[in-house]
Amino acid sequence: MSASSEPINNTLFTASKPSRSFAWLGILPFLIFALLFLILPTLNIVIGAFQNPAGQFTLENIQKLFQESILASYWISIKISVASALLGCLIGFAIAAAIVLGGLPAWVRSPIMTFSGVASNFAGVPLAFAFLATLGRLGLVTVLLRDWFGINIYAYGFNILSFWGLTLTYLFFQIPLMILIITPALDGLKREWREAAAILGANGFQYWTMVALPILWPALLGTFALLFANAFGAVATAYALTGSSLSIVPIVLFAQIRGDVLQDPHLGYALAFGMIVVTIIANTIYLWMRARSERWVKS
Amino acid sequence: MSFWRSNRFWAWVALAFGVLYFALPLIGTFEFSLRMKRGEYSFEAYRVILGDPRFQATFMYSVMMALLTIVMGVLLVVPTAYWVRLKLPRWRPVVEFITLLPLIIPAIVIVFGYIRMYNTSSVLPLTGSAFGTDILMVCGYTVLALPYMYRAVDTGLRTLDITTLTEAAESLGAGKVTILAKIILPNVLVAILSGAFLTFAIVIGEFVFAALLNRPAFGPFMQLIGANRAYEPAALAVIAFSITWLCMGLMQLVTRLQKHTQVKQFR
Repeated sequence: MSASSEPINNTLFTASKPSRSFAWLGILPFLIFALLFLILPTLNIVIGAFQNPAGQFTLENIQKLFQESILASYWISIKISVASALLGCLIGFAIAAAIVLGGLPAWVRSPIMTFSGVASNFAGVPLAFAFLATLGRLGLVTVLLRDWFGINIYAYGFNILSFWGLTLTYLFFQIPLMILIITPALDGLKREWREAAAILGANGFQYWTMVALPILWPALLGTFALLFANAFGAVATAYALTGSSLSIVPIVLFAQIRGDVLQDPHLGYALAFGMIVVTIIANTIYLWMRARSERWVKS
Repeated sequence: MSFWRSNRFWAWVALAFGVLYFALPLIGTFEFSLRMKRGEYSFEAYRVILGDPRFQATFMYSVMMALLTIVMGVLLVVPTAYWVRLKLPRWRPVVEFITLLPLIIPAIVIVFGYIRMYNTSSVLPLTGSAFGTDILMVCGYTVLALPYMYRAVDTGLRTLDITTLTEAAESLGAGKVTILAKIILPNVLVAILSGAFLTFAIVIGEFVFAALLNRPAFGPFMQLIGANRAYEPAALAVIAFSITWLCMGLMQLVTRLQKHTQVKQFR
């Protein structure tokens, strides 16, 4: 930030420099863009949630969120998001730990990280197709289990268009995301800590519960929150997989935007507002925990 | 010794489980996509889907959207990230927070806001015409790509001494636009490319914006095929996965190239 070494220049930007207070003009296009296409549209929905059709302030829409059918939507959405985030964290952690600490050959790591990059971005409509083709009624795994092992998973009540079906599908992008985020954190566990714990007489279990997990805890919780938000906001996968048969919040909102199925536009805004509140809570936890975990990983 | 052995054993178990979980849907999808002709494996589903004029039209539309999004993202992000680093370090948390917002606010809420804000009775009735809606789509996709694009470019800028570069260029008489186009842009090209490939992968199959804004994009087309056909969706999934894989592969490739060309010790 040297202020003196600038030659006299006729361009608009440098001309405004001496006064300094005009430097912010340089990011004005960005701010206007963000305002027009990100912040104002979101605020628009939030304000709509607190207005009645006549435009007056009201809390009625928010109260209407607490009717049974809408609460049920939030509840199943939250359950799927928690289940897929929790399993994603556990399995992703197990695989990341296997790569970093498990003594696997070094060449395993790079393909897994690359694949995780691909799979964490492979969401949406095609992912739903992939799971229909695998675990649908005629899917490869369904058929193989039936023909080879005599297990008809559909006879046991499994359905790809259900809570567990959707959770299983979401795991396809949740696990890789966990691997991508937690591997650097595991790399940050110093060998010295394990050795120090061993010298003080700790066994493997004690090392994990008393040293490693307390250090990793913020990273784990933060990633859990991120995965939760990730699943909670997902629309395309669920819509392509289940149509509207599973009324999770994003699907209800999707139907509402398309055709006002709630027959109350302002209840629609309240529904969207509820989604923002949930994802803001989840992301606040994520960002807060990330800030805490970086203290350990950085050094 | 046995502790390490058992540790390694469980590592292999975790890995095998992972490989199984991720390989099965891919194998399953590929196998399913070949089953269209009864009694034999064939690429019939691919032939049908690739020959579908709607496939070609929607795919080209989404490719166009992706490219426009990348251009718009670069024009918006590179000058901003550069300017923040050069002159407005105090604004950095604000700008960074804004670029993270699209990860926090669900896409469906953003598009809901667009429909409410830019409808035909508003001041700026973008959704009133196909062209206006296309502009809105590009802006929306730029918003979705913002977190990735900004982070990529900002990381790229971190490795440069932009103050010195700017002063050197200015002392040679270059204006700000020249500096951005001829000095900053080439230096963060690799970062831009890696952001661009990710953006491409996100936009090409995007569903919510296109479906709710009623534009003929690839995502809604895939959903339509999924609702009406049996084997073609699997073929589409294989195609979409290949595109994602290609984008990520190219992204890794350019990042690796960057590592070779940069002198990393000076960071």
